[in-house]
Amino acid sequence: MSTKKAVIRSDMTRAQWTWKEMKKNWVAYVMVFPYMFLFTLFTVVPVLLSIVISFTDFNLLELPNFVFLDNYIRLFLDDDIFIIACKNTLIFAVIVGPTSYLMSLLVAWFINELPPKIRAVVTLIFYAPSISGQVYLIWGTLFSGDSYGWVNGILLDFGIISTEIQWFQDADYVMPLCIVVALWTSLGTSFLSFIAGLQGIDRSMYEAGAVDGIRNRWQELWYITLPSMKPQLMFGAVMAITSAFGFGGVVTALCGFPSVDYAAHTIMHHLDDYGGQRFEVGYSSAIAVVLFAVMIGANMLVKKVISKVGQ
Amino acid sequence: MSKKLRTRKHKVVLNRSAGGDAGISVMLIILGAFMFLPMIYVIMQSLKPLDELWMFPPRFFVRRPTFKNYRDLFMLMNTSWVPFSRYIFNTVFTSITGTVGNLFFSSLAAYAMAKIKFPGGKTMFKTVRTSLMFHSTVTAVTSFIIMSALNWIDTYWAIIVPAWATSLGLYLMKQFMETNVSDAVLESSRLDGASELRTFWVIAMPMVKPAWLTLIIYSFQDLWNKGASIYIHSEQLKSFNYAIGQIMAGGIKRAGAHAASLVIMMLVPILVFVISQSNIIETMGSSGMKD
Repeated sequence: MSTKKAVIRSDMTRAQWTWKEMKKNWVAYVMVFPYMFLFTLFTVVPVLLSIVISFTDFNLLELPNFVFLDNYIRLFLDDDIFIIACKNTLIFAVIVGPTSYLMSLLVAWFINELPPKIRAVVTLIFYAPSISGQVYLIWGTLFSGDSYGWVNGILLDFGIISTEIQWFQDADYVMPLCIVVALWTSLGTSFLSFIAGLQGIDRSMYEAGAVDGIRNRWQELWYITLPSMKPQLMFGAVMAITSAFGFGGVVTALCGFPSVDYAAHTIMHHLDDYGGQRFEVGYSSAIAVVLFAVMIGANMLVKKVISKVGQ
Repeated sequence: MSKKLRTRKHKVVLNRSAGGDAGISVMLIILGAFMFLPMIYVIMQSLKPLDELWMFPPRFFVRRPTFKNYRDLFMLMNTSWVPFSRYIFNTVFTSITGTVGNLFFSSLAAYAMAKIKFPGGKTMFKTVRTSLMFHSTVTAVTSFIIMSALNWIDTYWAIIVPAWATSLGLYLMKQFMETNVSDAVLESSRLDGASELRTFWVIAMPMVKPAWLTLIIYSFQDLWNKGASIYIHSEQLKSFNYAIGQIMAGGIKRAGAHAASLVIMMLVPILVFVISQSNIIETMGSSGMKD
């Protein structure tokens, strides 16, 4: 081999090339190390650990035994409450996910052409409930079970009902109410992302569209606006789906745990019940793995759908 | 120039019917009322004297506003077993240390992933991006096991250290750096002999100010709103938000103080957002996912 020859890619095996690149860019590894170490420890390892533990009967006290699929079999065949939880979670996610997504998108679109100052104020009005901590507890006051609750008071006063309704203790009302509260707090990150996406669209595209025969704003939305902000649509979907599935805490705060007749019992609650209270870690890990798979699956599916927008 | 503007305006009007404008306004007002009225109601409740809180039929608006509920709240705080200043300290301390660490580690990693080509970089980013797809409560039980293995149960570390590596923080930062920091500028800095770390700190970081403000706000809001944590047992280490929740448990007499506490809790995140809104929106401009 000649010594003067410049090193080019084809001179080396793939492994050699990679090693050379790694040495050349060692500083990049130094830079990502702290983050990736913490991320691995607190995000990746818990997921992998859940999968491993879900095949055991671990209970924090005794040494775990390998039980293969027993936890999963028990979960799907022998746990009626889990089936209720699955049903509730699906109803919840199917209603809250898309509705909050469309609401975020429509509101962002509605306010897009307002003057900047007014737009900033309206943005705050819609965004505020999602960042204000426990302010959703006010729904408990609005729908309080006694006659001093605002909704009961109004209904009684107009003679629509004759006795107070125990809103958050009545299996018929718990789920719809929780969905309303979930929607109320759901204009979060995806909403901001849509606003930014809409602002970023070049106005000349609309002018060109008008010349090309786009006649109304709906056509404009479908043929120009949505395809131009597809990356934001994708990101917003991920945010909306993830939070729709992770909504358990608010339900607990408003309806107590467990909710009446398990009417608003979600997989999240079931997980908390077995993991946080009964310490059946093996079983709760199986629940976590199922929930994890459902979340990732729903995200993948929706991303496929969104990639078809405007086609 | 002015002519161009006029034609532009003219064309936009072409696609806007008056009926559509009216319809959109009506929908916006209905949705706005749905979002806004409960927030107003919290404020109204917090200003109502006791007899107005418990009157029938209940009124939405306050008639004789008073700050008594706020005074009651501070009195209640003074009588608690653990001094209230301690809860406030806990929340402020974890919020600040968690946020500073998150900002530092996330932007360091984001810079490397966005601006240096190295084997494994893409895979790492894809892993982080995938983790946006599931909620952290899924891993609550196993995280608890890890915390106990580290001996961090009932310490500040259990709250602070995981906050140093949030998925959303890295994701937004990396996307923003990719679109808003030009490679040419970085290249000229490297050619001048600056180290990669120096280039990151002196050249890249000042260019992504909106992104780090956004990261600060997200991280801060998240930590500020943290309630009871499964990692914390000692009363002395619990959060302000948790203590506020305890006030509600006090029943009828405390309904006003509870509303006042909700108003105080929501003021901070809302103020922070008002100050930094334009930066957040700018950051979100590059938040998109390509595939």
